[in-house]
Amino acid sequence: MVPATSTRTEPARAEATDVVGLGRRRAAAFVAPALVLIVVFLVFPALWTLYLGVTDYRLTGLEATHPRFLGVRNYTDVLADGRFHNSLWLTLQFVGGSAVLGQTLFGFAIAWVMRERPAAVRRTVEALVLLAWILPGSVVAFLWLALLDRDGGTLNAMLGTPGTAWLLDHPMACVIVFNVWRGTAFSMMLYTAALGNVPPSHLETAKLAGASTWQTLRDAVLPKIRGHALTSLLLVSLWTFNDFTPFLITAGGPENRSEVMSAYVYRTALGEGRLGFGAAISLVMLLINLLIAFAYLQALRRRRA
Amino acid sequence: MRTALRRIAATTFVSLVLAFFALPMLWLASAPFNADPKIHVSLPSFTLENFRVLLDDPYALRSLRNSVVLAAGTAAIVVVFAALAAYALSRVRLPGRDVLLYLLLLLSSIITGTAAMVPIFLLATQLHLVDSHLGVVLVLSGGLLPTAIFLLKDFTDATPASYEEAARVFGASPLQTLRHVVVPVIRPGLAMVGIWTVAQVWGDFLMPFLLLRDPDKAPASVIMYTFYTEGGQPDLALISTFSLLYSVPVVLMYLLVSRRYGFRFHGGIKR
Amino acid sequence: MTGVELSALTKDYPGGVRAVDGLDLAVPDGAFFALLGPSGCGKTTLLRTIAGLETATSGTVRIGDRDVTRLPPGRRDVGMVFQDYALFPHMTVADNIAYPLRIKKTGKAERHAAAADVAASLGLSDLLERRPAELSGGQQQRVALARAMAARPTVFLLDEPLSNLDARLRLEARTFLKKLQHELGVTTLFVTHDQAEALAMADLIAVMEAGRIRQVGTPAEVFRRPANLFVASFIGSTPMNLVEARVADGLVEAAGARLRPPVRVEDGVPVVYGVRPEYLDYSAAPVDEAFHGRVVVVENLGTSSLVTLETEGGVLVHVVVPEDAEPAPGDEGWASPRPGRSLLYREGDLLTNDVAAAA
Repeated sequence: MVPATSTRTEPARAEATDVVGLGRRRAAAFVAPALVLIVVFLVFPALWTLYLGVTDYRLTGLEATHPRFLGVRNYTDVLADGRFHNSLWLTLQFVGGSAVLGQTLFGFAIAWVMRERPAAVRRTVEALVLLAWILPGSVVAFLWLALLDRDGGTLNAMLGTPGTAWLLDHPMACVIVFNVWRGTAFSMMLYTAALGNVPPSHLETAKLAGASTWQTLRDAVLPKIRGHALTSLLLVSLWTFNDFTPFLITAGGPENRSEVMSAYVYRTALGEGRLGFGAAISLVMLLINLLIAFAYLQALRRRRA
Repeated sequence: MRTALRRIAATTFVSLVLAFFALPMLWLASAPFNADPKIHVSLPSFTLENFRVLLDDPYALRSLRNSVVLAAGTAAIVVVFAALAAYALSRVRLPGRDVLLYLLLLLSSIITGTAAMVPIFLLATQLHLVDSHLGVVLVLSGGLLPTAIFLLKDFTDATPASYEEAARVFGASPLQTLRHVVVPVIRPGLAMVGIWTVAQVWGDFLMPFLLLRDPDKAPASVIMYTFYTEGGQPDLALISTFSLLYSVPVVLMYLLVSRRYGFRFHGGIKR
Repeated sequence: MTGVELSALTKDYPGGVRAVDGLDLAVPDGAFFALLGPSGCGKTTLLRTIAGLETATSGTVRIGDRDVTRLPPGRRDVGMVFQDYALFPHMTVADNIAYPLRIKKTGKAERHAAAADVAASLGLSDLLERRPAELSGGQQQRVALARAMAARPTVFLLDEPLSNLDARLRLEARTFLKKLQHELGVTTLFVTHDQAEALAMADLIAVMEAGRIRQVGTPAEVFRRPANLFVASFIGSTPMNLVEARVADGLVEAAGARLRPPVRVEDGVPVVYGVRPEYLDYSAAPVDEAFHGRVVVVENLGTSSLVTLETEGGVLVHVVVPEDAEPAPGDEGWASPRPGRSLLYREGDLLTNDVAAAA
């Protein structure tokens, strides 16, 4: 045990900001282990991505031991690659369709409607939605493979459309619906909490004024929960952008028609062994992520101003 | 009239939501107990035979054990390290801590996905952490720590400092204060972060898939993809049964948390 | 000898805020001492600096004959009750009370016996196995007191001890605290923003403003003879009448009234004439040496009423009128100061005979 004397030798000024007398040195020691792990396994890989992106590093072969410096060639190659354009477009569909529209709107709708349902109904719905969220990704992927199977899938059996290959005919739609199913729980919980913070008097005022549901939402509810909505949109967008689960359902196929960015990186870097090129894509992904984050932060700041 | 219409609309909506979310899960509830599981949902001719087959499979139980090792190891590291860091950051004012925390949070939500898998793979290779559980645990901890610190700092910030000051006035050393007062007071927060970590690791596919080559070491999320019959078809009996076994722990954990602490959002995320 | 002595004590916060400003104060042994002031005046910082939770920027803190300025709180031999009580929620009442002894490495049986003794003296014997969350506000306060007493410290520090109680309990706790302090005879400092609380409980009061002490005295002294305008306006449930005045022909001219000055003052000097509403006598008939005006408001105080007179110049004068003698709004009235109860302030400070004579 460190003797308590260290706190006494601290200059008076430092202690004023330290309620327990931990002392700067011990505080630093407390933060250090976490910081080391974060730096080594989070910050460092991010920086390494910067470096790898300018080399022709490969998983095997000559370039594995002696990677050559390529400058920005990987980046120009990535940006000129038709597969990249395809992948970016699919990812935007994926994020826009499943995160922004699907999860956010659906999550809000469930939270809004459940406000006035009996407790038993509310609990059942919440439990099911949450279950979809907490089940392991691999299990969930299989459940959907079973649901959508061409020959014996439950969906075909129910709709009376045997032989419809949903995953082959509409791979992006499947992946988007799947992700809505998977991720709506977060938005639902967040909006439930947010709606709980809207003062009932605001809703009653709107009701007394004879406002329609839509007007109530626009005038009384949305201004109160805009901050929550932006936070949820930011997190959900980033999570969806980097989500790897679509790969578990379609493996990026058929013919790259569901190859979102995460699948694209995985297949180029580890499937084809082109690590430098993969890193370049990763960096482009990081930049797009930062762009998304920046856009939301801008929107948040405008709200405060 | 209007209220009746509204009620019908709401009931329809609720039914659709229930159907949408329940449909894919029906298979998980029926197939494991079916003597001849098909890919579609059918009333089972009830059997527990599938579980016996599963218990005989050399990889199935071992993979669950691997999952436990990964989850427990990561949770231990994340809870202890995040608690120490969050406590120090909450109680000792360091310049720039909030900006730093937000930056790391942002970085982690970006990086833990797929963007950094190439450098992480290379890093693990360099550090000889490929094919080792420790490697997966460390990589996952690094990715989860910023969020864990953020959640716990929020929790600690909400705890009045007068508890610690009281202990201090009565002569407790900083470490005694931590042991006697701080840890017991923030225990619900520690439990929450621990369980959150376990849930994250339990379901994670990418990192173990990336970093573990030896099937003996693979966790359940990865092993699931190896259950094929000799004919090359997915072994539905094995997969469905295994899925159920693999899902039960997280569901139980969720029930435990929601019973004890309420599964609600804490301050930080609401801001 | 365990008084508390502060000399030239200064506490700066980072960012340039000076919470305590070169403060000197001597708290005699065994006194029940109030630190009174509006919020933000530095009184809580002062208490925390004495406890050691804040470290003084300069100056010294002495407890008894020890200089404790640089000692950590645990070695200062003080017991403290926090504003929110800070009872450890995961410990029983008994464990809470015994906690200071646990730190002092007293054996388990011994410290629980000691805790039971202290608890008994505060009427907590039936609650020993409960958790703080299961106690009422008053009970929590007594547990916090018991915990502060357990290690038999030489000084007690109480931070706003009554502010977390509801109004009725507050009166009860006031009496209880005062009785307890007198029985224990231990030097006790408490912080309050409530002047009535300070007047009721303390043997001595230090009135603070902006990190400095403006007056130290017994409750009677600070109530009857506030040393400056700040103290005069801060002390008293009904604020003191403070009227701009001039001295002419040996008399004070204030709000149209010509009044005999309590001290001798030279002619032509601008002063402030102060008299408490309780020290004014109301009369419906004209009297000499009295404020004259029209009744604008009558507020019922229970056993008396507070009457507001508007004088010709528009100055408002408050008078406390006993029950059954209240005028009605609109009446004409006169208010005459009782002899020896009025005060004169010059440039903010009380004029006394010595000062006036010297001037």
